[in-house]
Amino acid sequence: MWNFPLVPPTASEEGAAISILYWVITALAVIFGSIVLFGAIYLAVRYRADNNAVDRSDAVDTDLRMELAWTVVPLVLALIMFAWAAKLYADIYAPREGYYEVFVIGKQWMWHCQHPNGVRENNMLTLPAGRLVKATIISQDVIHAFSIPAFRVKRDAVPGRYNAMYFTPTKPGEYHLFCTEYCGTKHSEMIGKVIVLPEKEFQAWLEKGGQGLATATTTTGGAAAGGTLTLAQQGEQTFKALGCNACHLNPNSAVKVPDITKTWGSDIPLADGRTVKGDEAYIRESILNPGAKIHKGYQNLMPAYQGQVSEEQLVQLIAYIKSLADSDTGGN
Amino acid sequence: MATATYAGTEKPNYLNWKTSVASWLFTYDHKRLGILYLVSISIFFFIGALAAALIRLELTTPKGDLLTSDVYNKMFTTHGVIMIFLFLIPSIPAVFGNFLLPLMIGARDVAFPRLNLLSWYFFVTGGILVLIALFRGGIDTGWTFYTPYSSSFAKGEVSLAIVGIFLAGFSSIFTGINFLVTIHKMRAPGMTWFRLPLFVWAMYATSLLQVLGTPVVAITLLLVAVERSFRIGIFDPNLGGDPILFQHLFWFYSHPAVYIMILPAMGVVSEVISAFCKRRVFGYHFVAFSSLAIAIIGFLVWGHHMFSTGQSIYAGIVFSFLTWLVAVPSAIKIFNWMATIWKGRVHWDTPMLYALGFMGLFVIGGLTGLHLAALATNIHLTDTYFVVAHFHYVMVGGAIMGYLAALHFWWPKMTGRMYPEGWGKLAAMLVFVGFNLTFFPQFILGYMGMPRRYHSYPEEWAVLNVLSTAGSSVLGLGYLLPVIYLTWSLKYGKVVTERNPWGARGLEWELVDPVPSPHNFERTPIVTRPAYDYAHPEEPTGFIPKPRPVVVGGKDG
Amino acid sequence: MSVQEIEKTATLEHTGDGHYHGDGILGEQFETLEQQNNAYLIGMWAFIVQEVLFFGAIFTAYAIYRFKYVLEFTLAHHELSVPIGTLNTFVLLVSSYTMARAVRAAMQNRHKKQAFYLFLTFLFAGVFMVNKYFEYGAKLEHHLFPGGDYSAHEIVKHAKEKGELRIVEENGREFYELGRTTRDGQFTAFKRVTPEEFEQRTRLFFGFYFVMTGLHGLHVLVGMIVISILIGRALIDHFKNKPVADYMPVEMTGLYWHLVDIVWIFLFPLLYLIGR
Repeated sequence: MWNFPLVPPTASEEGAAISILYWVITALAVIFGSIVLFGAIYLAVRYRADNNAVDRSDAVDTDLRMELAWTVVPLVLALIMFAWAAKLYADIYAPREGYYEVFVIGKQWMWHCQHPNGVRENNMLTLPAGRLVKATIISQDVIHAFSIPAFRVKRDAVPGRYNAMYFTPTKPGEYHLFCTEYCGTKHSEMIGKVIVLPEKEFQAWLEKGGQGLATATTTTGGAAAGGTLTLAQQGEQTFKALGCNACHLNPNSAVKVPDITKTWGSDIPLADGRTVKGDEAYIRESILNPGAKIHKGYQNLMPAYQGQVSEEQLVQLIAYIKSLADSDTGGN
Repeated sequence: MATATYAGTEKPNYLNWKTSVASWLFTYDHKRLGILYLVSISIFFFIGALAAALIRLELTTPKGDLLTSDVYNKMFTTHGVIMIFLFLIPSIPAVFGNFLLPLMIGARDVAFPRLNLLSWYFFVTGGILVLIALFRGGIDTGWTFYTPYSSSFAKGEVSLAIVGIFLAGFSSIFTGINFLVTIHKMRAPGMTWFRLPLFVWAMYATSLLQVLGTPVVAITLLLVAVERSFRIGIFDPNLGGDPILFQHLFWFYSHPAVYIMILPAMGVVSEVISAFCKRRVFGYHFVAFSSLAIAIIGFLVWGHHMFSTGQSIYAGIVFSFLTWLVAVPSAIKIFNWMATIWKGRVHWDTPMLYALGFMGLFVIGGLTGLHLAALATNIHLTDTYFVVAHFHYVMVGGAIMGYLAALHFWWPKMTGRMYPEGWGKLAAMLVFVGFNLTFFPQFILGYMGMPRRYHSYPEEWAVLNVLSTAGSSVLGLGYLLPVIYLTWSLKYGKVVTERNPWGARGLEWELVDPVPSPHNFERTPIVTRPAYDYAHPEEPTGFIPKPRPVVVGGKDG
Repeated sequence: MSVQEIEKTATLEHTGDGHYHGDGILGEQFETLEQQNNAYLIGMWAFIVQEVLFFGAIFTAYAIYRFKYVLEFTLAHHELSVPIGTLNTFVLLVSSYTMARAVRAAMQNRHKKQAFYLFLTFLFAGVFMVNKYFEYGAKLEHHLFPGGDYSAHEIVKHAKEKGELRIVEENGREFYELGRTTRDGQFTAFKRVTPEEFEQRTRLFFGFYFVMTGLHGLHVLVGMIVISILIGRALIDHFKNKPVADYMPVEMTGLYWHLVDIVWIFLFPLLYLIGR
């Protein structure tokens, strides 16, 4: 019963850096807190009314130097800590390259995670150790928040837009996953596990279609991979099912459309003069509401799919469009 | 003339000169209104505390086995809505601001006594509507009403609760207007701005926040109610709206709101420390201006509640920077209070214990605010029990300790009775110990990742939660004791026959009867000394001038 | 005695038994009439500042959405009647003028004149509300109130007539193209939306319209109630031949009324005019 933790595990690179910052702020807090706490008690005891042995003469009630001292010192410390924390935050949350991407869809009251190779997990997220991971998060209904305390990362799952967070898991193990934005009745039950596997085992797990943990070695779990489509392949099916191929990737299309094999990751010039990045948010918006950002040189002719396509399908389509860009350049 | 007295003196005072129910319910007297507020917010406090007790009871065990999920969610919503809108926001301003402001500045009443009465009625009506909403099934949106949950998903009497909060908000606005004008226009001759007690400066800054901030949350919540009824699509993405817009509008008020809750308590601490160390508050001007600085900067930091929503990194940096800045004026106050104790003559009475307790607990709360102001750590800590611990340290360890300090300090002036000092000290210590036991483990739980608003949690966090619940029972006892002994003192407490039982400085102690008369002063006082002039005990802060010839204008045309 | 002299010298009489007696105007808590009047003025201004923040917040929300959905909002706002809006603007401006005259008459203690101008103000406010009634009625008739039977039908119809909307069909689905028709009949589409989106966004516009003008109208109504009370008091003062009465309630109401007017001066262009 006494074997209870007082600190969370630290299982990501970012988390390690955040931990250090946390403990430094805590140390400063303990120092200043002690100065105040013990200082106030000491003064109140020393100068208690019935103690006449102390010198109370020259009890000034103003001192500009002291005021400046206890204004400037906290201010300087504050600015230093602010800058450190801001820089660390920018490094962690600014877009990064070379990541393994998972899509996370939150809905009342479960987490739905999708891997690029098609593996889906509910209330679980299996990840490789040592690689940068990008989680692109969205909600289907109300605001949720995707929180992995062991990695010290968290992002709100907002309906209607993607939020991304980047982290690099380091230690294999099982970690808590929580929803941390109140979302209704079963908010407390919207929890799960993040499982970090060493790279080789993770690959094996992926190939097995996400069946059984690699640590349990051998078979267990019956049906192996093969038969499950990757996320991009599912996207291709959805692409055809929704009729996107009537205009896109169709040499006989009656309509002049942008070349979507070039969309992902490139700079898209817009009709109004702006340039936007061809990222997940752009693709999602252009499917739901194409009129919001018209590609320069093209007319506003694409129908809006708002209400016709689910978040899961959007995630598949995005994976598919990404794969078009990859295969175009020959790499994967 | 009424001769049946309450406090044992022959003179009629504000309590006994009229005793009908109507004379209370239709009073224009700021002192009686303060008492009316005292009674009403105490009732709301105990309902909110009951909800808290149920929360802590549920959290004693890792599984959600005491209450169903829905009931638990309604409990934490009830706790938040009542404690914030119906207890903390009015507390010190409505009780002590009302009672003391005119006394402290040498006025007969506030500028608008009838508006004051209307304020109280708005407050009580709003509170009753909220209670009705709670009894008719309750609401489970959290006190923060985040959309689209509150606007499109939540069931229950959300709109009714919103109307109640709207009315209570206008009570707050009217009180703020009243105090601003009172402080500007009703100061007695000689009571210049820099002779004002620091409590008055604190109330001024608070009133600015109330008047400028509350209308924004009023219209925002109104829009949520409109969205619920008419589905206009302002906050729900499924209808083309933006849920983050709600958060910006909501926190634009709700961040300044926390300064509405703490600034008055800081004002009380200035009064108490000065009175019980028999010393002028060190750095008077710095303390006075720091209240204004907190109010102004406090309007600029609301985005720090939204770092994890996906707002731009740039926006996060701006809000984080301003949040670190707002910590500095609070630090200035703390150091000035410590310097006030230095070379003072310290009396360890109950009010002083609460003031010292405030300093310790507020400092912990404020310093843990730094973990939250820092962008990188905020993301990990936001929406966890770390935040819950942080705001309880400042709101309960800070604001409520200030409230209790005020209650004990001015009890003799309000009632003509002294509370039993031994029990006072015991309760103060129980509150301090119980509070730390309840909330300190929550910092640890928060860093480990325990989310807010959960009624079940992983097994390994059970011990800390049990400690927290145990602490809450001590805290509860600490709060219960004053209810008992203060009520007891009304009939059996030692009668206070002197104006200034504490030997403090200030018009309310030096020139006002043991229990104030209905119009406070025989004649408008004239102020001749600065505040807290303990260095010159032979010279009073002010005096009541001799009667002067009366001229009634206008009758001669 | 002039108003200024009265202000400086009116004081209270202390009777020594805990009561104060004013001369009817001065509140017990004040020392001089000047102090009381200043207090009331500052109080009223503080109230006005708070009203500015109240309306300001919803104006901000409106601005944000207008920027986001400018085409839909523009087409929707064509349904608003600029003639009635202009008339209302004129009516309110004139009522502010009559209000100012009423305040002046009150300061001069000319109660009959005061009552007269207050009555005119009340009348003009009434005209405003009657116009509003007809305006709202028309909106309800055309199903433009964002309730259960909202329909963007009228907006679509008028937009088509003006060549600003074109209905297209594709794969069995209907879309609206929002754009402009040049003089020679060429239609350029700026944006394509589904009918559902168009309905949602125009509904949002009308949500703002009704909340903003509704809150404003409520303020006008409250003002009218207060003005009618002031008319009654002015008449009583006149018939009782009261030489000196307290003009502050009229002045404060005047301030409030000017605020109501200014809010409308912002509402009118923002809702009715921009984008035409």
